[in-house]
Amino acid sequence: MLEHDSFSNPTTHSKTTGLPRKRFYRARAHSNPLSDSHFLVPISPAHFENDCTAHFPKFFPNGSKKIEFADIGCGFGGLLISLATLFPDTLMIGMELRDKVTEYVKERILALRASSPGRYDNVSVVRTNSMKYIPNYFEKAQLTKMFFLFPDPHFKEKNHRRRVISPHLLDEYAYVLKVDGIIYTISDVEELGAWMKGCLDDHELFEPLTEEELAADPVVELLSTATEEGQKVARNEGQTFRAVYRRIASARPR
Amino acid sequence: MVEHDIDESEQKLDAEVAPALIAVHPYQKFVSVAVGSDLRVFSFQHGSAAQLSDDTGGHKDSIRAIRYSKSGNLFVSGGDDKLVKVWDTDSWRCVYSVVSEKRVTSLAVSGDDKFVSFADKFGVVYVVDIGDYDDENRATVHKKAVPILSHYCSIITRLDFSPDGRYIISADRDFKIRVTLFSKERLEGAHEIQCFCLGHTEFVCSLAFPRSQDYARGLLVSGSGDSTVRLWDYNSGSLLDTCEIGTKAGLSNSNQKQEDALPAVTDLCETCDGSMVAAAIQRTLSIAKVVSIAGETFIPTSISAASSVPLLWMVMGASSLSATDSTLLARVRVVSGLGADHSEPIVPETSVVEDKEVPGGEPLLQALQGRLTINEEASLTTAEAVKTAMHNLLIKKQYSAERRDFRKRGRNDKKIKP
Repeated sequence: MLEHDSFSNPTTHSKTTGLPRKRFYRARAHSNPLSDSHFLVPISPAHFENDCTAHFPKFFPNGSKKIEFADIGCGFGGLLISLATLFPDTLMIGMELRDKVTEYVKERILALRASSPGRYDNVSVVRTNSMKYIPNYFEKAQLTKMFFLFPDPHFKEKNHRRRVISPHLLDEYAYVLKVDGIIYTISDVEELGAWMKGCLDDHELFEPLTEEELAADPVVELLSTATEEGQKVARNEGQTFRAVYRRIASARPR
Repeated sequence: MVEHDIDESEQKLDAEVAPALIAVHPYQKFVSVAVGSDLRVFSFQHGSAAQLSDDTGGHKDSIRAIRYSKSGNLFVSGGDDKLVKVWDTDSWRCVYSVVSEKRVTSLAVSGDDKFVSFADKFGVVYVVDIGDYDDENRATVHKKAVPILSHYCSIITRLDFSPDGRYIISADRDFKIRVTLFSKERLEGAHEIQCFCLGHTEFVCSLAFPRSQDYARGLLVSGSGDSTVRLWDYNSGSLLDTCEIGTKAGLSNSNQKQEDALPAVTDLCETCDGSMVAAAIQRTLSIAKVVSIAGETFIPTSISAASSVPLLWMVMGASSLSATDSTLLARVRVVSGLGADHSEPIVPETSVVEDKEVPGGEPLLQALQGRLTINEEASLTTAEAVKTAMHNLLIKKQYSAERRDFRKRGRNDKKIKP
């Protein structure tokens, strides 16, 4: 009965939990990574530090911390929300190309900060094209974890170059990751899973984690359970294909 | 009906107009000018135009980049015909021809003449190993290029090997400069990025390497559409200084509200002793001080200098827009008085050299310009063509809302309301 009101005068947030409701933030699943949308991009990581006051008001401007985790293509924010409480002292950010979805995540974080004070101050989201602008946000060797969960498979061969994990883009990810930083990837598409694993295997700055290391890392479990995509795959009883690698120092002479 | 109009104006802009380029041999043995698909070389030794010989018939479409190697033995050219050609400067024979998947936008030759690097329109940088150069072989050899790095979906406007040979530096249209470790072990892929030089707010279009006694580490100067010239340490990526060159040259007017109020830097070149950098700005030329080119409309599109002689060569020109122009015009001017020893009490004045005094004289101007004198009208049309060329090259096409919807009419997932 209360729902009736929301149709004629829709509020985008739920009355009971205060959280934003997904139906008001619907967007197409795909967004063109090749187009230059008109969102603001920081000129350099130093400039982005200034923006961080808005993102993490409790940690900036006097903070000495830097962002350490980045969720590339964070979607509706499932992973970030789970990580925020698991690593309360680490700053993390989500990067998403679709503006409606970014709005949703922003609203979700604000609502959570209001309902659980003291928690979720360490997580935020930014709308950006991470395939083009990652070096604008992060300094060399700043990140300790990067996440690529269920990226767009771009099935056609001519679109393979739009995939977020590719041999050349890995150069940039290796640049922003610290040595011993971890890159987590997962997909429900077998071909994409094999592709990502292949790219990481071939790249001289990444090596795979061992089975023991995977078992010991609490984050690995979250990859398939924490996000909406992951939960959907589990509901449909699909398979997931994971590739988790560590950033290593180059073996070449400088 | 409206759609037709949009089509036509789009077509006009779509016609790819290429700016003229100039390159000077390090010991000023030759000067080359490239306009459209025409490559003109003047030899000082013979006092006449050099004859180029190429098994594949030269370039078929606009040339977008030309360079001499540091030693002067090699010359490279590449452009819209998706070919990179390496020429031997003794015989002016094309010794290597490399096919690129996409149009070539920039070129570089390594300091030791062993590698040629080129970038294509999609942001991928390739390397060709030419260390096995054999000047006994008379036929043009076809070589394969290997991709080593890329700027994702960004046109690379400038490519260079650092003077110490350790890095390959690439600048793109999305304001970024990337410094990557390069060595012969990295021919399959230059994966280690040393740093990014970030700070420009518009496309970066040129790079130069000044040398300074006080600063032993690598200095890099970059020019950009944001009308600044910036100085960087390319080992760390830190910005050392910024020069608002548009304001300095007295060109920008703070009262103007138009979009192109800021004159873009079109090219940079270091003087022969490396102590100064010349910047060609959309309307004039600036070398620490401003040198105005009086008496004619002159927009230098490309500048170059020999490392041994204190002269700066400039060219203005573009491949023609309309089909009526038969000769591709290029105007060549020279600036003298550069690279002077600053310890001398009297510094010679930097000035534009008159046509009569240009080294090589009339034969040079004839060979490189296409004709001896260029009247004012031709100058003006060339100036217009140049502006269009630079605009198309460097500024991202902005489509109006109707045009965007028109382009999306084929999509079947989202109906555009009529």
